[in-house]
Amino acid sequence: MDWFPLWNSLRIAAVSTAIVFFAGIALAYYAARLPRLIKGVADVILTLPLVLPPTVVGYLLLRLLGPRRILGAWALRVLGLRLTMTWWSAIIATAVVVFPLMYRTARGAFESFDETLAQAGQTLGLSNTYIFWRIRMPVCRQGILAGTVLTFARALGEYGATSMIAGYTPGRTATVSTTVYQLWRTDNDALALRWVLVNVAISAAVLLAVNLLERRKGAA
Amino acid sequence: MSLVVDIEKTLPGFTLKMAFAAENETLALLGASGSGKSMTLKCIAGIVTPDRGHIEVDGRVLFDSDKHINLPPQQRRVGYLFQQYALFPHMTARQNLLCGVRGDKKGAGAKADGMLATLGLTAAADKLPAQLSGGEQQRIALGRILLNGPDILLLDEPFSALDSHLRFALEGELRRTIRDFGRTVVLVSHDRDEAYRLSDTMALVENGHVTARGTKEAIFAHPRTRAGAALTGCKNLSPITLLPDGRMLADDWGVTLAAGDVPKAARYVGIRMHAVQYGPGENEIHGAVTEVVENPFSCTVMVQPRGGKKPLGWEVDKSWWRDHRADSVTLHLPKDALLLLEE
Repeated sequence: MDWFPLWNSLRIAAVSTAIVFFAGIALAYYAARLPRLIKGVADVILTLPLVLPPTVVGYLLLRLLGPRRILGAWALRVLGLRLTMTWWSAIIATAVVVFPLMYRTARGAFESFDETLAQAGQTLGLSNTYIFWRIRMPVCRQGILAGTVLTFARALGEYGATSMIAGYTPGRTATVSTTVYQLWRTDNDALALRWVLVNVAISAAVLLAVNLLERRKGAA
Repeated sequence: MSLVVDIEKTLPGFTLKMAFAAENETLALLGASGSGKSMTLKCIAGIVTPDRGHIEVDGRVLFDSDKHINLPPQQRRVGYLFQQYALFPHMTARQNLLCGVRGDKKGAGAKADGMLATLGLTAAADKLPAQLSGGEQQRIALGRILLNGPDILLLDEPFSALDSHLRFALEGELRRTIRDFGRTVVLVSHDRDEAYRLSDTMALVENGHVTARGTKEAIFAHPRTRAGAALTGCKNLSPITLLPDGRMLADDWGVTLAAGDVPKAARYVGIRMHAVQYGPGENEIHGAVTEVVENPFSCTVMVQPRGGKKPLGWEVDKSWWRDHRADSVTLHLPKDALLLLEE
């Protein structure tokens, strides 16, 4: 069994989760401070990828990132980088699809944060950076951690947008999910089942981790 | 240390327009919840920005809309005790105190340990706030503020988070803390007894305005407005009609009262329940007892004056009432005890 798809899935999920972790937290933090109307609009836009079919996200991304499309052409000309049909294209697709999960859990965590703690910190002369990293983040730790793990789990299973943007090239862009589809399509049922079991095992482990985090949150 | 506040801020529902000054005194802002007291403290601390105005502490301008000065809370040196104390829940008592030490962190540990000893909480150093009692939490929060070396102290309903039986003991402690601090303290409260015991001077706050300002004794003697009288605990209030002969008719009680010179702006009359006197005398009332409410150590006898619409409360000693119980009584309202109030 060639383990490349697992390695590829893991690195795509890890990198996209890392990107989305910071982007989701930053946007959740600033979105909470927007005026109500703008916040509503921003919220819709930032949550849309969660409810759109991944193929629609994939289509929209292709319209942007394809080698003859605005962003894709620019990247090719200026950076010499192809944004589609490479393993890192899958990172872009996955990050866009899973972003709302991180954004919404972080926002939920921030909304339940008692603002008087930040205000008390300010009156005591603590810097806003200190308050964010040493007070707000640790107090919201459980929610943000659970959101991160959930984001990672979803990233690991991303199929629709990934397959449209990165395609299926064995040894280059193949992920666990695209491999399962390819094996099933080519009647290689035995191998497909083995990949399915690998996937189920990993996802179950991740969800178990979420539950453990949630339980500790309840106990704290 | 002197504090000067003159600010305006439009809020949903009402406009905050507060102007007052305080100098090395403990000023209590007494007002109903939602009257803008806490919002005023937040403006002083810099957590909320007023639309217009000026705030200064001992000549140091914290906020001035004309000069475009608006110091961040970090630079104001204003100590703020929050209603729920705002201790950082993931830090121990000692770590919370360490957050209060400004600047050089060298020697911070010794300062925190010294404060723990002063507070008598050395044994609680490594406990999280959730493991401390309400009183201990308040002491740590105050200690954290005092370590910070503030120029003034703002106390937002300091006892609202505590059970009533804890309040009295902690009140004594807070009174000592305030005395040792020795500078301007602004206390926000809706409890007139607590405000009276802790403060030197008072301001009554209604709908975002200061309606009366003075020593606490003067404020209780002359609350000026109907709402102010209610805030200071006067429960007998009636609208009045001024009569040509200089007397007035208390509309709710249906009695004519003489009170010397009645100011033209007066619209209400009030009298505290304990100031109502038994027997005949000036401003006599004859009425039927409609209800007797038993308090722990006194009785509130509700008396409906003949021809009146609403009863008057009269507070009497419990055992006295047991001996003098009656269905109808004669009372009088001494003219010096009458509060003449504006709207």
